[in-house]
Amino acid sequence: MESFERDKRYNEYLKSKIPKTKPWPTLFNAFVVGGIICLLGEVIKDLLMLIPNMESSVASVWESVILIVIASILTGFGIYDKIGAFAGAGSIVPITGFSNSITSPALEFKREGMIFGLCANMFKIAGPVIVCGVIASIVAGLIFLIF
Amino acid sequence: MFDVLMYLKVFLIGGFICMLGQVLVITTQMTSARILVTFLIMGVFLEVVGAFEPLKQFAGSGVTVPIMGFGYSLAKGAIEGGKTNGLLGVLTGGLTETAGGIAVAVTMAFLMALLFSSKTKK
Repeated sequence: MESFERDKRYNEYLKSKIPKTKPWPTLFNAFVVGGIICLLGEVIKDLLMLIPNMESSVASVWESVILIVIASILTGFGIYDKIGAFAGAGSIVPITGFSNSITSPALEFKREGMIFGLCANMFKIAGPVIVCGVIASIVAGLIFLIF
Repeated sequence: MFDVLMYLKVFLIGGFICMLGQVLVITTQMTSARILVTFLIMGVFLEVVGAFEPLKQFAGSGVTVPIMGFGYSLAKGAIEGGKTNGLLGVLTGGLTETAGGIAVAVTMAFLMALLFSSKTKK
């Protein structure tokens, strides 16, 4: 009972310490930055489609690859984190956020060594994404295989 | 080729999806891994119920650039693999479809870690 009281007080303390951000500006920022990233992807795809004999599906893959490369380089220079501080989910939800979530721990854990630092921690955030994605895709495939 | 109306749709839909992510951040204090997983599963689900293809026709990169597009690719690969190669196709299809993205993300992360050190936390 006493620990329950203490937990309650602690939670209230935590609540008072969490920085309060006004929701509306962050929603707007996420909207604009997320929209711009998607727009950039579409422009890249349209430019790729100018290459003769380019198929739409191949261009889509290149589009993701190019966005991932750009985001990774921006993360390396420390620019993507600044965009993230401004845009919130606008920088997380696009595929560039996935790229950032791999490059960022790689940079951070580099000091703990090549194998157990860099390589082991690279998928710290993106790992769950790959695991859940693979399992969900297999379930999806099985549904269509059976029915 | 360069369709202005399409660009507008891409911007609005893509922005809207990211804004939904921000709503999750504000209301649930979710971390980025959870947001990524939530949207990824959403993409897989939309593909399974057959809603993603029309969305893609309508908004192009607006739905494929957000991480749900990654889920869509995974699901599409597994479903198509199942049609052509049966059970083995289900197992290999998803990652085959997304292998390019994962491989380049890993390679770039490794390269960047060799070239730079973390700037945010010193």
